[in-house]
Amino acid sequence: MSTIRVPEADAAGWRCACCDCDLVLAPVELEYMGSHFSVELPACPQCGAVLVPEPLALGKMAEVEKLLEDK
Amino acid sequence: MAMDQKELRQWEARCIQEEMPRCTAACPLHVDARAVCGHVAEGRVNDAWAVLVRTMPLPSVLARICDGPCRTACLRGEFGGGIDVAALERFCARAATKSPRMAPLPRRKGNAAVLGGGFAGLCAAWDLARKGFSVTLYGPRPAGRLAAPTDADGELAAALAHELETMAKLGVRFEDGAAPGVAADDAAGAARWLSDRSAPGDAGPDAAPDTFDAVFADPEAVPAALHGLGPADPVSLGTLAPGVFSGDTGSGVPASPVALAALGRRAAASVERFAQKASLTAGREHEGPVPTRLYTNPAGIERAAPAPEPEGGHTEETAAREAARCLNCQCLESVKNCAYLAHYGAYPKVYARRIYNNASIVMGTRHANEMINSCMLCGLCTELCPTNFDMAGLCLMARRDMVQRGKMPPSAHEFALRDMAFANGPSCALARPAPDGGRTELLFFPGCQLTASDPGGAEAAYAALRAARPGVGLLLRCCGAPARWAGREDLFAESLEALRTDWRALDAPPIATACPTCAATLRQALPEAEILPVWGLLGAAKTGEATESIAEGAGTAKSSGIAGAGAPLAVHDPCAARHDEPARTAVRGLLAGLGVATVEPRLTGKHTECCGFGGLLAEANPPLAAKAAARRAAAADQDFVTYCAMCRDMLARAGKRALHVFDLLYPRHADPAARPAPGHSERRENRARLKDRLLRELWREPGAPPAPHEAVRVRCTEEAAQRMEERRILISDVQKTLLHARESGAALVRADATSGRRLAAYRPVSVTYWVDYEPEGDGFLVHNAWSHRMRILGLDGREGRGASTAGDGPRTYGIGARASDQRGNE
Ligand code: SF4
Ligand code: SF4
Ligand code: SF4
Ligand SMILES: [Zn+2]
Repeated sequence: MSTIRVPEADAAGWRCACCDCDLVLAPVELEYMGSHFSVELPACPQCGAVLVPEPLALGKMAEVEKLLEDK
Repeated sequence: MAMDQKELRQWEARCIQEEMPRCTAACPLHVDARAVCGHVAEGRVNDAWAVLVRTMPLPSVLARICDGPCRTACLRGEFGGGIDVAALERFCARAATKSPRMAPLPRRKGNAAVLGGGFAGLCAAWDLARKGFSVTLYGPRPAGRLAAPTDADGELAAALAHELETMAKLGVRFEDGAAPGVAADDAAGAARWLSDRSAPGDAGPDAAPDTFDAVFADPEAVPAALHGLGPADPVSLGTLAPGVFSGDTGSGVPASPVALAALGRRAAASVERFAQKASLTAGREHEGPVPTRLYTNPAGIERAAPAPEPEGGHTEETAAREAARCLNCQCLESVKNCAYLAHYGAYPKVYARRIYNNASIVMGTRHANEMINSCMLCGLCTELCPTNFDMAGLCLMARRDMVQRGKMPPSAHEFALRDMAFANGPSCALARPAPDGGRTELLFFPGCQLTASDPGGAEAAYAALRAARPGVGLLLRCCGAPARWAGREDLFAESLEALRTDWRALDAPPIATACPTCAATLRQALPEAEILPVWGLLGAAKTGEATESIAEGAGTAKSSGIAGAGAPLAVHDPCAARHDEPARTAVRGLLAGLGVATVEPRLTGKHTECCGFGGLLAEANPPLAAKAAARRAAAADQDFVTYCAMCRDMLARAGKRALHVFDLLYPRHADPAARPAPGHSERRENRARLKDRLLRELWREPGAPPAPHEAVRVRCTEEAAQRMEERRILISDVQKTLLHARESGAALVRADATSGRRLAAYRPVSVTYWVDYEPEGDGFLVHNAWSHRMRILGLDGREGRGASTAGDGPRTYGIGARASDQRGNE
């Protein structure tokens, strides 16, 4: 599974409250309707907490969700 | 079950939009005169000419000599005089500067001979060449009437020469001499020649004879008297000799040039069928002039006088004027009156095919899903359509099929189905006999949309019913319509079963509903119950002498201080009341009893329009729902009054002043027509609070204890509240997310630490919610919220913290994306 890079994913400016460390871009596995993707998203290097930024959720992610629902 | 080919054809046949307009149906060649008129009216002469060239044999000739039998059939004939298409065709033939190229076909179909160059013979040869036959035409051309010298300036002769040249280019071989044995008045010789369909070849008397697969004898040049094979069959033009066709059917040679052309065309079609060993007669009822089922609504058509053809032919200007009189005959009766049908750019016949194709897709994108889920299932089309096309039935069938095959997009109806589950769940559902006990004589069923939109109205109506009669019980729940609309018959059956159990436990009395959709749904699904619309009962309670006391606190429109009281209101019939004439009448009676003057909007009664909510359109396609609501809002200048809570709110959201009948019966607002429609969260709260209040006040029972997340205090900025409404994120979703963040401590914070803003995520079931918030006192201030359906499984190659088993899948990661509280999903 090759990792997809999206411009909406920006790790700058966020920290994980639990682990008290900066988020960094890391490949994250996503799933919908049985399809799996690896997407580079801001994540906590310690606990693996992931951020899905608003523009990504409402933009590309929503598009892909609709596409998969119509497959 | 998905429809099969046969069912598709039945659906398609129901829609008459693709039937020919009267002109085309009357034209022996089915020339698209409507398109010709459209092009000429817009000055596109070459396009008009291309239409003619595509359909006509020898177009330069026929366009100049057609006698125009279409004119007497033309619908415009009833409004000023039929369109003179023949004159427009003459104009096109002269004025066109470009002709579409005619590509010669590979000649693989066989050999055909045409005996005689009359117009029918020429047309047959033209068509045969175009079909890919090798054609030999015997005899002088033109023969018959076309040879008569009627063409003083030689225009027609030049056109004929031009088309003969075209035919030569198409590969037609001309033999100037008559066919062997035919020219000499030798019937027996002709018959012999025709019987074995072979003529001595060009190459000399010793060469092998040319043999033809089929022969056509032109009726003018070679009548039956000459070929001796008897009169031709009027359908196939066949004679006593197989493969020999004749234009002489024994009823005389047609005088009309276009009829002669059609005769030639029929012959060519027969020759082709003969060569392919197909039936010569099957399925030929569509050839030549035919009746048409196309309906064109004459309402609003104004008379327009013809623009006569000037001496010497039309000019561009006179032609355009005459062509512009064409009514562009179409049906589109339903499409003209349905925002949904208009939105997808076609008409039911096309949609039926799209739906069929959508179901047939094995791999690839199902493009019609959204279209199928956007019909309001309102039934207006069936009422308006001259052949009663049932788009609602078609779409509902398609939805059920999608659900059955697991192809229904989960996001399409999930929010509405969750709402239905909530209305039927412990927070909202309630079944009780009358508070003072006793047998239940009548069961009030306000419907879950009324209790969501106007709980006070539902409560007042219940009080009025109880005051007017003994034994009025209460049933708060959803009728199941959303499940039905979503194609979820499983959920519908489940919901109905629970409803039936409640109803039986309450002595199975008549049910009085305050929602037309509930009435229609229950009448159909619970036939053992008597379903009464509540309007008649409330009207009686309101005006009856003995019950005057119950009207206390309720006013009439005049006394209620409603802005514009006394001005007439437009009655909006909900689409669910389309077939409920008694309810429609009862409401009007009730309004009259209240002293309210009413008017009817454009489209009313059984022709009423949907508000945009029906069929879950507002879920599957919110922008189109808004469009439908706006369209309905424009159907009357007056304020609307209606008797469906959902219609009231949809119209209000479209910016239309609208009242529910309960606003008049039980006035509680200064200007109820302007009362805003409650949002998704408020609607849920309204239902839950109503149940809680009624339980405590009427039945002296405690309400249900609140779920843990309900204790989370949340305030939303105006912007956040608006976004949540649009994005269908409920306050309770936010509360659950914040509760989870508080319990787990999982959240993201701003790196610069200048603000207290935090970000938390949580996935209760199938949607992950993100909340951007800051602590505020002992609660939270919400700045933003968004969601997605995609699941975060975690960092590649390692497990993230918070891994847990969630509602819909094996592992769920993300910041604390753990379903810690399964029971509080709603
Ligand atoms: S009005 Fe136009 S479309 Fe209708 S029948 Fe006449 S020519 Fe044809
Ligand atoms: S060919 Fe003749 S009958 Fe046919 S549409 Fe044209 S004018 Fe009318
Ligand atoms: S929305 Fe109503 S009128 Fe339009 S196609 Fe559907 S059922 Fe027919
Ligand atoms: Zn962390």
